[in-house]
Amino acid sequence: MARLKFLCDADRCIECNACVTACKNEHEVPWGINRRRVVTINDGKPGERSISMACMHCTDAPCAAVCPVACFYGTADGLVLHDKDLCIGCGYCFYACPFGAPQYPRVGNFGGRGKMDKCTYCAGGPQQDNSRVEYTQYGSNRIAEGKLPLCAEMCSTKALLAGDGEIIASIYKERVQRRGFGSGAWGWRTAYKETVTT
Amino acid sequence: MSRSLALRAGGALLALALVAAPAAAQQQNTQGQGTEGPAGGAPEVQSVVPEVGDGRGGMNNQVPETTEKQAPTGGERPAPMREVAPTPAAPITAPPPNTARGDTSADEMELQRTLRGGVIEGRTTLPDTAAAILIQPEGRDWREFRNQWLFWIGAAAVVGTVALLALTFLVSGRKRIEAGRSGRSILRFGVLERVNHWMVAVSFVLLGLSGLNITYGALALRPIIGPEAFTALTFWGQAVHQYLSFPFVLGLFVMVAVWLRDNLPTKVDIAWIKAGGPVAKGHPPAGRFNAAQKALYWFTMGGGGLVALSGYVLMFPFTVTDVGGQQWAHIVHGLMAMVMIAAILGHAYIGSIGMEGALEAMSTGRVDYNWAKEHHSLWLEQETAKAREAVAPPSGARAVGAD
Repeated sequence: MARLKFLCDADRCIECNACVTACKNEHEVPWGINRRRVVTINDGKPGERSISMACMHCTDAPCAAVCPVACFYGTADGLVLHDKDLCIGCGYCFYACPFGAPQYPRVGNFGGRGKMDKCTYCAGGPQQDNSRVEYTQYGSNRIAEGKLPLCAEMCSTKALLAGDGEIIASIYKERVQRRGFGSGAWGWRTAYKETVTT
Repeated sequence: MSRSLALRAGGALLALALVAAPAAAQQQNTQGQGTEGPAGGAPEVQSVVPEVGDGRGGMNNQVPETTEKQAPTGGERPAPMREVAPTPAAPITAPPPNTARGDTSADEMELQRTLRGGVIEGRTTLPDTAAAILIQPEGRDWREFRNQWLFWIGAAAVVGTVALLALTFLVSGRKRIEAGRSGRSILRFGVLERVNHWMVAVSFVLLGLSGLNITYGALALRPIIGPEAFTALTFWGQAVHQYLSFPFVLGLFVMVAVWLRDNLPTKVDIAWIKAGGPVAKGHPPAGRFNAAQKALYWFTMGGGGLVALSGYVLMFPFTVTDVGGQQWAHIVHGLMAMVMIAAILGHAYIGSIGMEGALEAMSTGRVDYNWAKEHHSLWLEQETAKAREAVAPPSGARAVGAD
């Protein structure tokens, strides 16, 4: 079984935010919620890098570990998904998440922050695949259609890679070898407790 | 009248233009066909190579590409290219390899932040400032706290206290009023004090239960009642938790107003502790509150204040602090709440089954004279002195029949 992961090649990312836009449009994500975002570190300085970040679908996911109502579940492909019908919007997953992935529709009127929303790796939720209710709650289910996440497919410079962890790691390794440099797979040490050694 | 006429005239003009425009285009089209397309009577099969017309690559009618003056050809030839590149005046050093440029490395940065703390932060175009944090490894420590430290410290505090109290009850039983009930009672707590106490108590119990549910419910309750019912319970539980914080905090303020003066430490408290405190032989003298009660009072005020403050930080997330601050607020809130639950369990035990004659102080407000004599002798003396003064005849008054 494949272990689906994301890898952002920061040396290719041009901060065009197409992944962010593609994600918002594909899933009709409401205002104020960004399942994916682009962070630029060392902005305007030497060593500037832009990294597209969303839920990394961690191994031993912290969000799932701290959830007081245990609404998270893992798929056979290693994805970390959640059941919005069980979520109470307490915000604990955001405190535990290293990547700031969980998003809430409301900022916090007495802690009632609405059902948490996060990147589903375009794999929907526990509802019937590609049903109307699944689309409303989680957005489209491209994985069920045999497609990869739209953010990675849309990426104009192919900086954002999605797919089986071993395959995307080998693509990245090959790139680094060919061009002679690479800042590494951002978030991999934190999310998967491994790095892409080149 | 004149305006409508002008409008009509304008409309007519527009209509004319609309009709005229496609007609003109059509005319142009037919003209074009006449010159470029196959003319009538032309053979059906045409040559593969398209005919070259005017201005489409023909040699004649060539337009110069620039207005610049063209150099005449056939003049002097320019100097031949050098075989070798000129040697630069200053030597150019080779650029350092990419690995040695002090460049950012994801792996190193993540490892460093994990070990030393801090976040990897940048800039985003989003209005949400929390989005600028790329990676925050502190979440791992907070997870460790919530799932391990708080879990076990809380369990030890609550279960340990219950076990200790059960053991105390089994070993020493209920503390009786040694002199027995006198049949006379004295007012210990007024209506405001009692109502306020029970407002705080009811809020505290519900706050405690809904809080414990957040920490232990997924493990203890969810398998029994099912995920859907557990979510409903926890959702309403957290709503109760949020709203009951207000009567709880209000009650704490009232407690400051009505009980602060009687809870200031005095010399009597030192003597009471030296005598053995709650396990003393006999009954060391105490004022309205003994040293243990005062300790509980200050613990409730301080702890309650901390729990309330951290709770409000959690209730309005990211208004006063960032994600790290939210984690700290939860740590303070969770730990303090667990210790307070343990302390209040002890308080509830002594106030109910642990001691005869104590519960009525908070229910009817009146305690037995002998109970007061044993537990709060100095307070009883004060109260009786006050009462005597109140009923004492005014000075100079003479008894009936004294004349």
